[in-house]
Amino acid sequence: MFHNIGEILILFWQTLQALPQLWRQRRKVYDQLAYIGLASLFMVCILSLFIGGVLALQTGPVLVEHGISTVLGGMIGLSMCKELAPVMIAILVAGRIGSAMSAEIGSMQVYEEIDALRTMNIDPVRYLVLPRMVAIAISLPVLVLFSIPVGWFGGAMVCDFNQRIAVSFDSFFQNLRDVVDLGDVLNGLFKSFVFALAIGIISCHQGLITRGGPRGIGRSVTKAVVNSIVLILILDYFLTRFLLYVQK
Amino acid sequence: MTAPSQPQSVTVEVHDLHKKFGALEVLKGISFQVNRGERFVIMGPSGSGKSVLLKHIIGLMRPNAGEILIEGLSIQNPSVRDKYRMAMVFQSAALLTSLTVGENVGLYLVEHQLKSPEQIDAIVARTLETVGLKGLQDRAPSELSGGMQKRVAIARALIVEPQLVLFDEPTSELDPLMAVTIGEEILNLNQHTGATTIIVTHDRELAFATANRIAMINEGRIIFIGTAQEVQNSADPVIQKFIRAELAAPKTR
Repeated sequence: MFHNIGEILILFWQTLQALPQLWRQRRKVYDQLAYIGLASLFMVCILSLFIGGVLALQTGPVLVEHGISTVLGGMIGLSMCKELAPVMIAILVAGRIGSAMSAEIGSMQVYEEIDALRTMNIDPVRYLVLPRMVAIAISLPVLVLFSIPVGWFGGAMVCDFNQRIAVSFDSFFQNLRDVVDLGDVLNGLFKSFVFALAIGIISCHQGLITRGGPRGIGRSVTKAVVNSIVLILILDYFLTRFLLYVQK
Repeated sequence: MTAPSQPQSVTVEVHDLHKKFGALEVLKGISFQVNRGERFVIMGPSGSGKSVLLKHIIGLMRPNAGEILIEGLSIQNPSVRDKYRMAMVFQSAALLTSLTVGENVGLYLVEHQLKSPEQIDAIVARTLETVGLKGLQDRAPSELSGGMQKRVAIARALIVEPQLVLFDEPTSELDPLMAVTIGEEILNLNQHTGATTIIVTHDRELAFATANRIAMINEGRIIFIGTAQEVQNSADPVIQKFIRAELAAPKTR
């Protein structure tokens, strides 16, 4: 495990060192942005709508019972932007994009395409890892930026239409505006940026160390997704502690 | 990149190369030297360590002991790749499946920004024509036959204007006619670039037709180095068994 962590840190450092050559790889970054962003946007919206809705459904009746249903907007607003949107969308992207990254790079490794790049003196980190890292680091926060209002909207809809909650659209968003500020949204975006780096580097590393044919590719994909999700949840705790400390 | 005054080819020295995968020792002290512009064939049965040796020569693998020198510089020295142009044609062709044929061939020039896009298009078209694949720039590698993919891989090597070019089993999985074509392409490439050429193969006809010298490898050791004639005249029973092996036709009743 420590060997892998060391390799991942070295790969991350090599990717940072390759950053000055990003302009030359811009076409690949655009391709990856389109692939990651556009391919996931619809799924992100559906997921966020239902996350907001189920959050309202679970908490709304309890808060109504205690006579504090007016705080629903702020509660769902904060939960979505600081926690649920960054974590859930990162998990979705880890499953959808992280798996694809490790499979693609893994198959290039197995079928000697990466060796071919090396023989042409083309650095695989610059050619393969850098564009993917940049694209995921941009697109995940953007996806979260879409996810947050859609989640709010889902929560507001349930609050308005559910007879047991019956909090109007207007009072939901009035409370949300009172409680949530720009810093909370930026908090979520910062988390998603860190998650994106974690997903990207784990998936690319797993692809690069793939061995042993199609079965090896399958193993790499599974490891990339599982390790990314575990790391997202661990990082989430420490980032939350850090951000709470910073906001004091 | 390489200065124009540099020679068109390089010398390759392999000194006492050892490689182990776990307990399995694949290379057991390989040593030989390849001269500038020479076509050097490494021939031997499957599993004898030929491809592993080739990957060491191009620097894709690190040996457990021994060294490989390109013009006297270790292949593990990062400056060697900047100083000398090298190319390898893989057994599987190893074309990038996400790119078109033209993009594969022009990849080296694009990534190293050696020419303008228009010049690269022209060079790619010319190089593909050289290997008999005129007008196939926009095709995907998956749309080509195995032989055509190998020729694209040769075009990709040719465009580097290599000083050292390595071929890993260039005729495997090809029909005899295509194998002859590939053999001719190798000779053309050698004549066109003057590059030092190292070919790993178990194809006896290819070896005898293309080699200036042949190294016979068996169980991780070089057992003989000589010209095609010397190999055929060798009294070594292992060599004789390899070069005379033929499938006996079943007896008719």
